[in-house]
Amino acid sequence: MSKVASTTLRDSLSVSLTVGAYGVAFGAAAVANGFTVLQSCLLSLLTFSGASQFAVVGVLGAGGSAISGIATASLLGVRNALYGVIMAPRLKVKGLTRVVAAQITIDESTAVALGQENQGDEAMRKGFWYTGIGVFIFWNLFTLAGALGAQAMGDIRAFGLDSAVPAAFLGLVWPRLTGNFERSLAVGCALFAILMTPILPAGLPIIATAFIAIVIGLKR
Amino acid sequence: MTAFWVATIGTSVIAFALKYSGHSVPERWLSHPKIQRINLLIPIALLSALVAVQTFSEKSQLMIDQRIVGLYVAIVALVYKAPFPVVVISSAVSSAVVYRLLK
Repeated sequence: MSKVASTTLRDSLSVSLTVGAYGVAFGAAAVANGFTVLQSCLLSLLTFSGASQFAVVGVLGAGGSAISGIATASLLGVRNALYGVIMAPRLKVKGLTRVVAAQITIDESTAVALGQENQGDEAMRKGFWYTGIGVFIFWNLFTLAGALGAQAMGDIRAFGLDSAVPAAFLGLVWPRLTGNFERSLAVGCALFAILMTPILPAGLPIIATAFIAIVIGLKR
Repeated sequence: MTAFWVATIGTSVIAFALKYSGHSVPERWLSHPKIQRINLLIPIALLSALVAVQTFSEKSQLMIDQRIVGLYVAIVALVYKAPFPVVVISSAVSSAVVYRLLK
């Protein structure tokens, strides 16, 4: 294996293992919020997008409707469409291969691919496929482990799972808070959602903040 | 079919449709600067709202309980640049300790 290919493989594997391991947190969170082990595993297999998966279990766990959960998860999934736009011209795939490529188009596979940009298109393609498939395998295995673990726990609060979910959301948003504007938006949306929680049906205070983001994005 | 099944299947179908559409639409459709910017802002808004609601509410009622300790510990862990699993586990452990002490 050439030097370039082995760095790509190393990057892909390390990302796959570390990110895949968060699947434990998701599996546990899903079961803690009322999903069955089967539903938790299906979300990881079929939705396969961490933030969207945490969102749908978070919204339903907070008493939100299925529609609210789907809407929140889908708004978070929009970025995967943009990743597809970036990757498609490099992957140049059709038919079933495109279906597989689409399913593994997530933050990590796109990020590793873009990280290989200075090594050429071939390294980018390898980075995308290795990372996408690697994360897929580990994420699903660890989801099952987390879901079974949470199911065995009983009172999830005694194990802190009720705090693990918001901590996971915080860990996902933290790297995005790169400046004062982003931090103000985050604090503003958090306060808005808290204030609206007793007033609006569960789930809506969360979705409403996406519209705040859209309005601000259009104006700036 | 329960709400949980509807949510599981609905989320999965739309998630795939979004991913597949990105691979299929002409690049110029989604490369508009405003779309790119909104795409950066939406996750910040939704994830922050989720942190807040998951920490301070239960079934549409506001409340303060052991989860606020978990959130505080998570923030401290992130400020000290702890990796994601450390953030989640330290938050869970501290919250569990407080819950057991108060019970």
